[in-house]
Amino acid sequence: MTRASPAIAAMIGIVAVLLASLPLRADTPPRRVVSMNLCTDQLAMLMAAPGQLHSVSYLARDSQSSVMPDEAQRFAVNNGLAEEIFMMHPDLVLAGTFTSRASVAMLKRLGFRVEQFPPTYSFDEIREQIRRMGDLLGRTERAEELVADLDRRLSAASQSGEPAWRPLAALHLANSYTVGSGTLSSDAVTRAGLENLGSRLGLSGTIRLPLETLVVSAPDLIVGGTRYESPAPALAYETFEHPVLRAVLQGRPMTAVPDRYWVCGAPFTAEAVRILADAAAPLAPRRTVSPPKAVIP
Amino acid sequence: MSYRLVVASLALLVALLFAASLFTGPAGLDLATSFDGLLGGGNEAARLVMQEIRLPRAILGAMIGATLGLSGAVLQGYLRNPLADPGVLGVSASASLGAVIAIYTGLSAAFALALPVMAMLGAVAAVMVIQVLAGGRAGTLTLILAGVAITSLAGATTSLALNLSPNPFSAMEILFWMLGSLTDRSMVHVWLSAPFMVLGWTLLAPLGRALDALSLGADAAQSMGVRLNRTQMLAILGTATSVGAATAVAGAIGFVGLIVPHLLRPVVGSKPSRLLLPSALAGASLVLAADVAVRLIAPDRDLKLGVLTAIVGAPFFLYLVIRYRRTLT
Repeated sequence: MTRASPAIAAMIGIVAVLLASLPLRADTPPRRVVSMNLCTDQLAMLMAAPGQLHSVSYLARDSQSSVMPDEAQRFAVNNGLAEEIFMMHPDLVLAGTFTSRASVAMLKRLGFRVEQFPPTYSFDEIREQIRRMGDLLGRTERAEELVADLDRRLSAASQSGEPAWRPLAALHLANSYTVGSGTLSSDAVTRAGLENLGSRLGLSGTIRLPLETLVVSAPDLIVGGTRYESPAPALAYETFEHPVLRAVLQGRPMTAVPDRYWVCGAPFTAEAVRILADAAAPLAPRRTVSPPKAVIP
Repeated sequence: MSYRLVVASLALLVALLFAASLFTGPAGLDLATSFDGLLGGGNEAARLVMQEIRLPRAILGAMIGATLGLSGAVLQGYLRNPLADPGVLGVSASASLGAVIAIYTGLSAAFALALPVMAMLGAVAAVMVIQVLAGGRAGTLTLILAGVAITSLAGATTSLALNLSPNPFSAMEILFWMLGSLTDRSMVHVWLSAPFMVLGWTLLAPLGRALDALSLGADAAQSMGVRLNRTQMLAILGTATSVGAATAVAGAIGFVGLIVPHLLRPVVGSKPSRLLLPSALAGASLVLAADVAVRLIAPDRDLKLGVLTAIVGAPFFLYLVIRYRRTLT
């Protein structure tokens, strides 16, 4: 036994170290959070306590994808690689369900606590995610504030009750994609008092809409995603220049909703509803009150 | 079948497929509405669909198909190689590379003509490499291998350029440049490419007699009064101009130039001069038919044209390899 005792001591030591490095219990808020997905980045930045959030993904600093690029400067940046995140020693890792799956699997194998957030498909799901993030970070009060803020902005932007007439809006995104029902964009379009062409056509999800289908549907409004303002052009926006779009709009401008407002569901997604409602206002004369401008974020 | 009858029936086929292309599309317009729309009457939406979306698509389909068929026939005659075709020899892939450079550097945004011009320069570069090889009396196999190398290099460089582009959408567009598509092209594309395709045709069309003589060998052709330098110049410039312009607006559509002359030889004989016009017409028919098919098979999926032409063309290519196996080695 005397010969075995150093080995036992060593094992006890290892177990002690392992126990100490185990994820903290749910009732103790995490102290070093790393987020590796643009959407969880922004939710975490909106509600983390000072010093609680350590790192966000590189996309959070990109002003075209992120609503909070300046805020993101205050945190370390990661590229969603397991090795990088391992070295940050987080006690909570936030990830999307579709991003960096291999890295997420690796981090789980290494024993990190990883919480994954699916994409949001409606404003109801945004509320759920805000509350879930609040629970995870131990910031439930802040989460309720954000939900209240979202609801306030939404009711300011959207009209109450069913409008007498819903102008038809066609979403024309990069590569001629549009959205059908069951998407956050479609929810935003509907809440702005518009009818989404994709939903009327019975489409679901994000799907290609041929130009000629768009033209024969004679939409009142064409909502373009904003172009990715990169020094390098791409063919993805070629159809934005197609003469038929100008002809359909008869001189009215295309409505641009910056992608960053609705690629992630968050309180600022209400801004997309406001932009759409403002674009719809001149088309629907019965609307008298112009919704107030919301401050972002 | 007499030559005139063949040409007339092929022309009729092009006309029918042109009409089929005009009347196929997801908008689901009935025949009368489509016709009114095409002539500028009827309702506004139908007019826009017919004149601004389907007409340019059909025009481009016919012209690009004619370009590929004609240049395939010329290349097979000029190089005396049954496997020659702008796609196999890497001309299309190089033209794609030129177009990609023009678009993704922003050159074509500043100066629209840069797109076809750069695509033509890419095509010229590929034809020059082939010419250097063919001038050294390379065998059929050497030329085809050179084509494989040019295609791979141009394809890899295209992918590299698109992958390195900071624009997140660029990488997805590799598919378009490799396989080609006519979806949602506009009249702008027609004006940009049609003049150059026509110019290319006028350079290639008078080559028939010289190519006939060349089929007896370069020395025999020279003794018959064929000016080889001039023939070479016309073949290179004509192919590069027309294929370059076609690829600049529709991507690389493979195998059309390879298949068409082979299908026609049993009908009109193997004299290149009798092959040129029928090949152009049959090429136009083939691309129009493929473009109708992509809209019928997967109306909402944006199936690429090159997928269809390759499904038909690649087995045909294999068949030709087997058939010419003895002469190839």
